[in-house]
Amino acid sequence: MSTILVFVEHQKNQIKRSSVELLQAAQKSGLKTCAVLFGTGVENLANSAAQNGAQEVHTFKSADFDQYNPEMFLAAMSDLLEKIKPSIVLSSASSLGKDLFPRLAARFQSGVASDCTELKIENGKVTAKKPLYSGKCFAETSFENSPIQFVLMRANQLPVSAANPSATTSAIDHTINKPDLKTIIQNVVKGASEKLDLTEANVIVSGGRGLKEAGNFKLLNDLADVLGATVGASRAVVDAGWVSHGMQVGQTGKTVAPTLYIAVGLSGAIQHLAGMSGSKVIVAINNDPQAPIFQKATYGIVGDLFEVVPKLTEEFKKVLNK
Amino acid sequence: MKIFVCLKQVPDTETKIKIAADQRSIDTAGIKWVINPYDEFAVEEAVKMKEANPGAQVFAITVGPKARVADSLRTALAMGADEGILINSAENIDTFSTAKALAAAITQEGGAQIIFTGKVAIDDNSSAVSQMLAEFLKIPHVTVVSKFSKTADSQFTVERDVEGGSKEVIQINGPCVIAANKGLNMPRYASLPGIMKAKKKVLKELEASSLGVLATDQKVVLNSYTLPADKAPVKMLSGDASSQVTQLVQSLRDEAKVL
Repeated sequence: MSTILVFVEHQKNQIKRSSVELLQAAQKSGLKTCAVLFGTGVENLANSAAQNGAQEVHTFKSADFDQYNPEMFLAAMSDLLEKIKPSIVLSSASSLGKDLFPRLAARFQSGVASDCTELKIENGKVTAKKPLYSGKCFAETSFENSPIQFVLMRANQLPVSAANPSATTSAIDHTINKPDLKTIIQNVVKGASEKLDLTEANVIVSGGRGLKEAGNFKLLNDLADVLGATVGASRAVVDAGWVSHGMQVGQTGKTVAPTLYIAVGLSGAIQHLAGMSGSKVIVAINNDPQAPIFQKATYGIVGDLFEVVPKLTEEFKKVLNK
Repeated sequence: MKIFVCLKQVPDTETKIKIAADQRSIDTAGIKWVINPYDEFAVEEAVKMKEANPGAQVFAITVGPKARVADSLRTALAMGADEGILINSAENIDTFSTAKALAAAITQEGGAQIIFTGKVAIDDNSSAVSQMLAEFLKIPHVTVVSKFSKTADSQFTVERDVEGGSKEVIQINGPCVIAANKGLNMPRYASLPGIMKAKKKVLKELEASSLGVLATDQKVVLNSYTLPADKAPVKMLSGDASSQVTQLVQSLRDEAKVL
């Protein structure tokens, strides 16, 4: 039977939800499901991987893998792929996933389908839906001439059901001969925000030029805090230097697909709409009833955001008992 | 010093996408083609590096149908690149084939001390060619780079943007591939004298097939293009701000069930 390998990412001693999605999807494929985890202490996550569908768990638990280094991870993953010879490799389209897997695919004379939003595995063959032009259209991706099918899935796209609490497994640990490194990670400067990245967030509150100045993003931060949301922004305000580029949603920023997207004082330029129209429910708050954002919105409020947003924050507090 | 910059021609971000009759491509009628925005940062960084290193040369290289993509090379030449290399190929060749063609052409031209690319092309959103190119050339890479400096001969310090606004500070020894993110620099506009000079610069044409790219190097196929599903019409909430807000929160909880 052929094997499917899931690259499992973790944070704070837990498997990330995006990786749970992949493990469960892999299990449903009917192929032999293997998982691989990197970093100190990951052997403690073996049972959790098994409970979500992994039949075999591989680890690289050396502290050398606590921080991503492309050369180290490439060497480790190359060894593992040689050993277990999977026909499919699944990963999230995270910073790490997008950096590592295209190169690994090239090494194995294979292709990679990136940033996919739907996944079908039938008789060992992958068909994945993938946005093009940041979501202005979609295509079905499949593989040919590709010994391994590498698929990078966006977070929050696949269903998650309850784990099987009785499953257990013990991890098989691997080590590598450390390659002569040409890239050295000197330092990691942590971002100010402890919140989920826009690409993983379930709720996003996004602001545009209607906020008038950088300081007024505080209104959105307050609203986001109540909702446990991540704050995003339009290109106009990023280009104006109000907020950092990491917060930009759109075709030249991040493509997002949260359950709830609240667009505040943001008209909805075509490149912005491309980046967020995959959101399940969209709320638009704008003083211009003609703003294009209303065409994509589920609920619309025409009004003064400086009046509406603080009231909204209070109302959410009340309803969510915060 | 030989500096290469890889670029892709893509539809302008303002483009409204229409699907072609074959459903395997887009209708290109009336599209304004531009250099992929992230590749503009790469061109700028390559030209800046040349300016700081007398004697350095910048080669701009692209893959695509020659009738269309020559324009993007002319723009890069007008921004300050010295020579253009056009690898003629079919439309929609995949990332593996593209990277293989680029690697073969760069090797044929005598290799690079450094290669700049964009972190992603905004058409297929793959973020793959830079890393695949580095693999084929057996050199290291860093992607999503928003800060770059040369610290010694063939040694660079870069910042890579990752989740949550965090940055990895990385030292990399060249030759290497650096994939640019927004924030790296402000790309210059092509000046009129630049445009005039660009017309006289060398623009070499190669064929993907003569660089060893085979039909079996196409690893990923795209089919069944569709437009996003139509959204139900927006529900506009009426009344004063307080009543709009109450209705909204109620609908999010009871109707949309997202709270």
